[in-house]
Amino acid sequence: MTESTRRERMKMPRTAMPERDGRNRSTDFEEVNLGYTEQLAVLEASRCLQCARPVCVDGCPVGVRIGDFVAAVADRRFDDAALIVSEDNSLPAVCGRVCPQEHQCEGACVMGRRSSPIAIGHLERFVADRAAASSGRPSGSAPTGKTVAVVGSGPAGLACAADLARFGHQVTVYEALHQAGGVLVYGIPEYRLPKAVVAAEVAQLEHEGVRFEMNAPIGRAESVDDLLERHDAVFIGVGAGLPKFLDVAGENLVGVQSANEFLTRVNLMGANRPQAETPVLVGRRVAVIGGGNTALDAVRTAVRTGAESATVYYRRTEDEMPARTEEIRHAREEGVHFEFLLNPVAFGGETRVETMRLIRMRQTEPGDDGRRGVEPIDGSEVDVPVDTVVVAVGNAPNPMLSSTPGLRMSRWGTIVTDPDTGMTEKAGVFAGGDIVTGGATVILAMGAGRRAAKGIDGYLRTGAVAAASLD
Amino acid sequence: MWRQWGRTALLSRPDPADHDVVYAIQDARFIAPDVKRFRVDAPRVARYWKPGQFVIVRATDDGERIPLTVVEADPGAGTIDLIVQGVGKTTRTLNALTSGEWIHDVAGPLGSPSEIDDFGTTIVVGGGVGTAIVYPTARALARAANRVIAIVGARTADLLILVEELEAVADSVIVTTDDGTAGRSGFVTDALAEVISVEHVDRVIAIGPLQMMAAISQLTRPEAIPTIVSLNPIMVDGTGMCGGCRVSVGGETKFACVDGPEFDAHGVDFDLLRMRNATYCDFERRRLEELGST
Ligand SMILES: Cc1cc2nc3c(=O)[nH]c(=O)nc-3n(C[C@H](O)[C@H](O)[C@H](O)COP(=O)(O)OP(=O)(O)OC[C@H]3O[C@@H](n4cnc5c(N)ncnc54)[C@H](O)[C@@H]3O)c2cc1C
Ligand SMILES: Cc1cc2nc3c(=O)[nH]c(=O)nc-3n(C[C@H](O)[C@H](O)[C@H](O)COP(=O)(O)OP(=O)(O)OC[C@H]3O[C@@H](n4cnc5c(N)ncnc54)[C@H](O)[C@@H]3O)c2cc1C
Ligand code: FES
Repeated sequence: MTESTRRERMKMPRTAMPERDGRNRSTDFEEVNLGYTEQLAVLEASRCLQCARPVCVDGCPVGVRIGDFVAAVADRRFDDAALIVSEDNSLPAVCGRVCPQEHQCEGACVMGRRSSPIAIGHLERFVADRAAASSGRPSGSAPTGKTVAVVGSGPAGLACAADLARFGHQVTVYEALHQAGGVLVYGIPEYRLPKAVVAAEVAQLEHEGVRFEMNAPIGRAESVDDLLERHDAVFIGVGAGLPKFLDVAGENLVGVQSANEFLTRVNLMGANRPQAETPVLVGRRVAVIGGGNTALDAVRTAVRTGAESATVYYRRTEDEMPARTEEIRHAREEGVHFEFLLNPVAFGGETRVETMRLIRMRQTEPGDDGRRGVEPIDGSEVDVPVDTVVVAVGNAPNPMLSSTPGLRMSRWGTIVTDPDTGMTEKAGVFAGGDIVTGGATVILAMGAGRRAAKGIDGYLRTGAVAAASLD
Repeated sequence: MWRQWGRTALLSRPDPADHDVVYAIQDARFIAPDVKRFRVDAPRVARYWKPGQFVIVRATDDGERIPLTVVEADPGAGTIDLIVQGVGKTTRTLNALTSGEWIHDVAGPLGSPSEIDDFGTTIVVGGGVGTAIVYPTARALARAANRVIAIVGARTADLLILVEELEAVADSVIVTTDDGTAGRSGFVTDALAEVISVEHVDRVIAIGPLQMMAAISQLTRPEAIPTIVSLNPIMVDGTGMCGGCRVSVGGETKFACVDGPEFDAHGVDFDLLRMRNATYCDFERRRLEELGST
């Protein structure tokens, strides 16, 4: 690349994602981002400087060859681009939509320092949407005659199942709910990740011979040991689905609900449809507690299901919000209010919640980790009127399998594994995703599922590999 | 583009007719007005179920998820029995189904099994459809060598269920009806008070309307008789994922679907549960009216 083209590229602005107008979109669940056209994608891809040492790849938790796929898009070799992405990412249509790119690939992009980073997420989504569902996936090896049970159908389980099937193993996915996808179907709303994208992934896996057994709560139904009698190995990807509450007075009043409940009623059960069989309580004034993606999903869902005012209360400042930047911007455009440095200490009301008592917080000096803490300011309580409250302060690991004999659990309730292979201390049992890391991201869960698939493949091919000693 | 996938994905979505598992109804009959007993194919549940556990069902593809206790299971045949009281939209939709048809989803088993041990003299109390929920536990307790006294009550004779089945497993059965049309006239609590006053009782298990369970809890508290109730909060997933089913027991918040549904009666905050169970009553009434008008 000549110095002059370099300079020209650096002057090109980032290609905006076409999106629906804030006011129009805030009353329905249609996807907000419309996706790049070919022309926009090629334009954006041509901004890439094609660095000799692409730091964006270091920013990607699974090491997608970003420079190469972006170059392919710039050359209009879209199928090649899809193939390159799918080498490292088995859920690109999902990740392109929901990854926190600003903290990952785009955060590392050198263009970010000059103007704005290449829109890697938007390009990934474009490439994945343009290819038929998972068509880029290499075809499978000969059947090995081995069978593997995958427990949980979130991104970790789906990615693990996909690779295991490709390695020639017969896979059965066991899912407690009636629909496959984990958080992708019950948590993340339609307007951000259409259910059809997830359904297409599942359909593709079924097409490749993966069996799905729904309504199967492992641990209550068959145990992991029961599964080991039927299968040669087991992968546990049950996620971190146990909602945390604030443990303050009045939290069990009618109208205070977890984000998981609120979102599940709408996303999984369709409570937003006029003829819905499942109810959901919204109210005029909705307060959402938290600052992550879950809080943002809850508040934007509240706006879409009829809330007149919807406010996020976060105990730190905007800078510390873990939610994706795009989500925060979209929420503001849709009329969501944000209140920072406030934390609920009690809820009041007769039977239904009517008020929320908040205490003002102040920031403390940064600790050893460089992160500023917060502490309450004595006597600063204020009461605000509310109709409903959605608590979105995080999820803990799902405990249904925690008493499985031979599995080592950390004191946070996560399963201890060898990070390279996903192997647990129990022979033949592997784990990955949120159940190992605690609540994290789709791409980390996907990556963990794939690493475990490799680990399982090695275990099955070499015969009895001793369970890891994990110290 | 995704819209296109969506269409194929939706088309290829398994119809209940070609599901791996079809929760087919083998038998369905009314055993009391508005109370229907079903025998349903559900091999996984039949194989792993223990007394006290329940399933979550969806009657139709759009249906709500509701919990129902498993009354009996036949692991060999792969069937379970459910007893459904038609109180609202979903339960009435279910009760309109008949053999040869199917229930869209049956997930389970869920919940912690009943604690079964040789406690000594154990009284099981069933009020209304609560009798269906307590029956499998009563049977298991009888098999574990307890002396089981069953007290079953209903408003009127027509609404009594499972009396013969209980007679087959319990050492004695006391029937009460509010209007005196069968057994003794009065409430199950009256019968329980009487038994407690004349003999030593090691444990009480009471399942029925909240009011009944609260009254029984009051009754056994001064006697310090260990008392178990099965709580019926509103549930969604039944796997501990939503927290909608939370109840307060001994001042602690518990998720009934995983920590229960059975709890120590003397610690239960019944008022809170009554309050929370009324959360959606307007919606429920509307849906029921629509069902009636179609
Ligand atoms: C509302 C919300 C929004 C989010 N937004 C983002 C985002 O924008 N970007 C991002 O990167 N991450 C986001 N996350 C985080 C991300 O969704 C998770 O990190 C990811 O889904 C974890 O994947 P997993 O496969 O480990 O588990 P999950 O997705 O939790 O899936 C676990 C599955 O296992 C099933 N299961 C549980 N127990 C059993 C059992 N005993 N037997 C059988 N099945 C069982 C569950 O029903 C579930 O289907 C969000 C999370 C939430 C809750
Ligand atoms: C662990 C457990 C076991 C149960 N076992 C049985 C049984 O064996 N037989 C039986 O007939 N009933 C049983 N029930 C009660 C049954 O689940 C409710 O009657 C049913 O959900 C009502 O739904 P509906 O749409 O017909 O009525 P609705 O009109 O929706 O509701 C009527 C009342 O039922 C309760 N309810 C509503 N939705 C739910 C829900 N999703 N989950 C739980 N409760 C709800 C509410 O208190 C409501 O006021 C059980 C409940 C629990 C929690
Ligand atoms: S029903 Fe959702 S946690 Fe119990």
